Amino acid sequence: MNYNWNWGIFFESSPEGTGTYADMLLSGLAWTIVTALCSWVIAFLLGSLIGVLRTLPNRAANAVGTTYVELFRNIPLLVQMFLWYFVLPEVLPESWGSWLKQLPNAPFYTAVVCLGFFTASRVAEQVRAGIQSLPRGQKMAGTALGLTVAQTYRHVLLPNAYRIILPPLTSEFLNNLKNTSVALTIGLLELTARARAMQEFSFQVFEAFTAATVLYVLINIVVIFISSWIERRVAIPGNR
Amino acid sequence: MLANFDFSVITGSLSYLFLDGMRFTLTLTALAAIGGIALGTLIAMMRLSGLPVIPLVAKTYVNLFRSLPLVLVIFWFYFLVPYLGQWVTGADRPMTVGAFTSSLVTFTLFEAAYFSEIMRAGIQSIPKGQAAAAQALGMTYWTSMRTVILPQVFRNMTPILLTQTIVLFQDTSLVYVLSITDFLGAASKVAQRDGRLVEMYLFAAVVYFAVCFVASLAVRRLQKKIAIIR
Repeated sequence: MNYNWNWGIFFESSPEGTGTYADMLLSGLAWTIVTALCSWVIAFLLGSLIGVLRTLPNRAANAVGTTYVELFRNIPLLVQMFLWYFVLPEVLPESWGSWLKQLPNAPFYTAVVCLGFFTASRVAEQVRAGIQSLPRGQKMAGTALGLTVAQTYRHVLLPNAYRIILPPLTSEFLNNLKNTSVALTIGLLELTARARAMQEFSFQVFEAFTAATVLYVLINIVVIFISSWIERRVAIPGNR
Repeated sequence: MLANFDFSVITGSLSYLFLDGMRFTLTLTALAAIGGIALGTLIAMMRLSGLPVIPLVAKTYVNLFRSLPLVLVIFWFYFLVPYLGQWVTGADRPMTVGAFTSSLVTFTLFEAAYFSEIMRAGIQSIPKGQAAAAQALGMTYWTSMRTVILPQVFRNMTPILLTQTIVLFQDTSLVYVLSITDFLGAASKVAQRDGRLVEMYLFAAVVYFAVCFVASLAVRRLQKKIAIIR
């Protein structure tokens, strides 16, 4: 391979004038993590709500939940990103649209909302599967104890369901984290975008991408570590 | 607002959208799915083999690809494939590789990691006694895989493999980052040429939704039809 390796490139200053190439990648990493965490909050709350809707003994609630999941699962994330970023401001009333367009950090907010709604459909499926995997008797016992439906979910079904679906939720979290890279198409300066910028400025393609790869692998390892710590932490004593 | 929604932008570009764009998307999906399943099966077999080192190699491959975002992998291979081509053919300069070849290599290698996890689960779900029985009958590893294990795995796993192919179909839209004219790329080019982002992106969303929704309904029906009652 006739490629000029130059691993020292990370310590050279970037043409943006705000520090070295390493600083540039690390700022990208920070945006990736912040975007992933913010969108996860939406995804987790909304996903849990939709997942619960799909298990309620109510036709209308089921229909709303199913429609949501089918809608958000069957459109590619990139298309959803464009819909939120380019289409939404145009179809809203004039004044709202121009407010949205002038928002500082618009790519960030758009990415958070888009990823949140997208990942919510996946979280919803996990939550539903978790609730449905519980023995029917648990719901009945809740009712027999005089709990309302909401109380049964809050105190009986959800605490158990979340414990069961913790591993798949972790992989949804990681998917969400990786999906933040799609937001580079609307101008979010996250890790992949920064690696790409570094490649364009310095022509050191493989160093830039190797660094991004290593950083992604590291975050994955950290997340898996945290998740198994949570799993041990919340395990019900004597259960297994 | 939607009041000035202009359908003529869509109708005027239908042949470009579907004959250029959708054809690229579908070809890429089909070839990458076939390649990905073939390579994924091989990786799953490597991972389950009792040989030294090889399971570790397969596991590292799968975990590496699964921890990277597809967009980054697309960029990686866009720059790497010319060098790989040079290395394979022994040429003295990096090969010129077309957009299609580059994205086909990317998606095949990337999706193989995901397909291999499905195939691994499938192979593990076949009772061990079957492999033992095949061996007792004097079959070699390859014969027993080909005639006993894999046919059942493919039958059991077809719905999941197809669902993953639908995901792949959606993922191919990410070749947009290389300015390739796939379906979304075509829609986006028309959108920017005519200044009609709303119409084109909504239309793209509707088409993707229709294709994926119908395909997933079909997979669900197939699943009911071929399910083996145990």
